[in-house]
Amino acid sequence: MTDQNGHDRRRIALIASKGTLDGAYPPLILATTAASLGWEAGIFFTFFGLDIIKEDRFEKLKVASLGNPAGPVHFMPNLLGALPGATAGATAIMKKWMSDANIPTVPEFIDIAQELGVRFFACSTTMGVMGVEEKDLIKGADIAGAAAFLDFAGDADVQLFI
Amino acid sequence: MTNHTTTDPRFDYDLDCSGLLCPLPVYKASLALRELAPGEVLQLVTTDPGAIEDIPALARQVGDTLLGFERRENDQIFWIEKGNRS
Repeated sequence: MTDQNGHDRRRIALIASKGTLDGAYPPLILATTAASLGWEAGIFFTFFGLDIIKEDRFEKLKVASLGNPAGPVHFMPNLLGALPGATAGATAIMKKWMSDANIPTVPEFIDIAQELGVRFFACSTTMGVMGVEEKDLIKGADIAGAAAFLDFAGDADVQLFI
Repeated sequence: MTNHTTTDPRFDYDLDCSGLLCPLPVYKASLALRELAPGEVLQLVTTDPGAIEDIPALARQVGDTLLGFERRENDQIFWIEKGNRS
């Protein structure tokens, strides 16, 4: 079956730009779902989104307690989100919600995505700017610039910036 | 969606995704369907309200056929026949 763009499978190209817990889930959920539907899927991890595929960071992604009026501690004045421990508290609540709802953790989702063949692009500019080396990344991520991602995204049926 | 509600279709594999939210029912159903031979039927039980739209979408996207759908209390039950694909 060939689609209107002349390739055999539908394709989704995502940009993950946020290094927060709530920023990590949408691209991982969309990519794993797309792969489950038989689509090709790829995620370009850029700027703080690169934390999602950094070995020392991806288990420690957090939820913002300040400037996040919809966050898990919305019952408190948002200003209190600046207090020490507020981010950790918001993150702990969010993680409990996710775990109670049987949602896989970010590292588990990354495993699922990789098993399904989702391509991970690590933004080389971000790596240069933030001093990230290849050994800091999870295995199986391709270091790439914007052109390589656009080469993949240009043939995609769905492109989203998250 | 079809309107088969008389008797349960015969099925070859049973997958219970009760209590699981998107994307897990679609993910697990897609893995289960991969293991079936063309013509075999998966019975899938879900509780995620999103699955009512998601599972027919999965069947359309992968080229399988939704034979039937039924609600029983909190459960949604789908029968999917694997199409002629690898």
